[in-house]
Amino acid sequence: MSDVASPPIAAHRSRAVPRLLIGLGVVLTLAFVAMPVAVIFAQALSKGLAVYRANVLAPDTLHAIYLTVVIAVVVVPVNMLFGLAAAWLITRFAFPGRKLLVTLIELPFSISPIVAGVIYLLLYGAQGLLGPFLEAHDIRIMFALPGMMLVTLFVTSPFVARELIPLMQVQGADQEEAAVTLGASGWQTFWRVTLPNIRWALLYGAVLCTARAIGEFGAVSVVSGNVRGETNTLPLHVELLYHDYNAVGAFAAATTLTLIALVTLVLKALLERRLERR
Amino acid sequence: MKRIASLAAAFVLSVSPLAAQDKPVEILNASYDIARELFAQINPAFTATWKAKTGQTIEIKQSHGGSSRQARAILEGLQADVVTFNQVTDIDVLRDKGGYVARDWQRRFPNNASPYYSLPAFLVRKGNPKGIRDWSDLVRPDVQSVFPNPKTSGNARYTYLAAYAFALEQAQGDQARAQDFVKRLLANVPVFDTGGRAATTTFVERGIGDVLITFEAEVNGIRKEYGDKGFEIVVPSLSILAEFPVAVVDKVAGKRGTEATAKAYLDFLYSQAGQEILAENYNRVHHPAVIERHKGRFPAVRLVRVEEVFGGWDKVTAEHFAEGGILDKVFVKR
Repeated sequence: MSDVASPPIAAHRSRAVPRLLIGLGVVLTLAFVAMPVAVIFAQALSKGLAVYRANVLAPDTLHAIYLTVVIAVVVVPVNMLFGLAAAWLITRFAFPGRKLLVTLIELPFSISPIVAGVIYLLLYGAQGLLGPFLEAHDIRIMFALPGMMLVTLFVTSPFVARELIPLMQVQGADQEEAAVTLGASGWQTFWRVTLPNIRWALLYGAVLCTARAIGEFGAVSVVSGNVRGETNTLPLHVELLYHDYNAVGAFAAATTLTLIALVTLVLKALLERRLERR
Repeated sequence: MKRIASLAAAFVLSVSPLAAQDKPVEILNASYDIARELFAQINPAFTATWKAKTGQTIEIKQSHGGSSRQARAILEGLQADVVTFNQVTDIDVLRDKGGYVARDWQRRFPNNASPYYSLPAFLVRKGNPKGIRDWSDLVRPDVQSVFPNPKTSGNARYTYLAAYAFALEQAQGDQARAQDFVKRLLANVPVFDTGGRAATTTFVERGIGDVLITFEAEVNGIRKEYGDKGFEIVVPSLSILAEFPVAVVDKVAGKRGTEATAKAYLDFLYSQAGQEILAENYNRVHHPAVIERHKGRFPAVRLVRVEEVFGGWDKVTAEHFAEGGILDKVFVKR
């Protein structure tokens, strides 16, 4: 209808501008996203499939993959619980300092990961505030798995809460109040009413949290101690191999990271569709 | 949820100190950044020797990073049984802050506890187009040198000191002229990277500069690694002795009960087999038979010691590298 009403020149122009913009978008995406990703795979396979396989299956690389997954497997559920609790508290209760709490939850977003790592070092390191106590009890946190989990927890803590708070605010407490009025217990209300309402947002937050936990470099680098085959996560391992002049190995390790990221991306897209449909 | 919780509990348990007891003996070697390839060869050789001698299986873990950063990490709790550094001062830090190593650590092993040594040397582009032969060529206005920032890199501090020692000798001890020399040298550096490997990337991958200055061992490694580029090695007439000191971290090894293994590991670096591997990697060594075999690799060079020319590391640090020291004076922005 509008085609008939508008003059032909305007119609022509209105088609040229979007085309130009779309073309620009495609070119930029190719140059800055698709090509670098393609280069990762091209470099990783530059010396053939056998070399690629050997690099991915190298014990240190396998251990790095294992460690990265272990950290994510522990960090993500903890952050889901934390995010749920925080969002519940903030959207269902009114109390003084609520705004402050929201700001605090988002703090890790604005703190550079490297600073986060150093904070933990200053707290739990041997020279740190809790150092003497930890040493006396022979508890090792820094330069070991617990420390790497802690900093990853810190860096990824806002993701779930950030997804849940707006949704739960919009949904309001009506359904839950109705459930309670009808005699449901607290747990019943949570499992039957709250959780089904927010589960897609919760999963979406978890996916974002996973992506970040797996890719985290700065904070983990500070507290890892770089012990090969022991405290080296995949991102750290990529850097290490690159500095070893083992470019193929570095890119091979990078492909595993990229593949994990791609899987996460697909999951994210699927979840987004579910979320939009609701 | 329950399953996840029990999984998490299992992971926490598996990393707790209780679970770590009946593993094979394991020692951690905290080392400098560019020693990865070296210890990747040393460690299997030592574990095989140790197994043959004692029947015990041991595992050697490696941690690499800038040697000052590694010292800092040990102070913060990194459980390293031995350190193999490229800076005497970084082991001194471990001694001074809480007695992590013995007071007389430099006398616990031969040659000032340095199983091998090296020196700053030059890597030039194919055919040496700028005709670079010695330090004096590096202050020519048409020559660009690449080495890391002496403020952050121990490697670059050696370069700075070697150039300073050369200039001091040329000027017959005139400090002002030596300072002017290093000032001109620093002015010829187009990019200051933070560490040795980054400087290598600048020179090799980005193609910046006419000469890269780093340890002789590293210079040879780069030439071998990038054989197709035809880089050439130039060893200057005079350079500074760069010791690669080692020590057992008594405080850690004592607690973990690994002193004997740790000491044997460092002793191995002095054995003929160990020295052979070190020399294979272009480190200069002390073992006469090994020196004889690898004569061709190591051109003659006059080496001066920091102690002779600068009166020791403490003095160098105070006079040259401290805030407001000589380095700050000659390291002016262009």
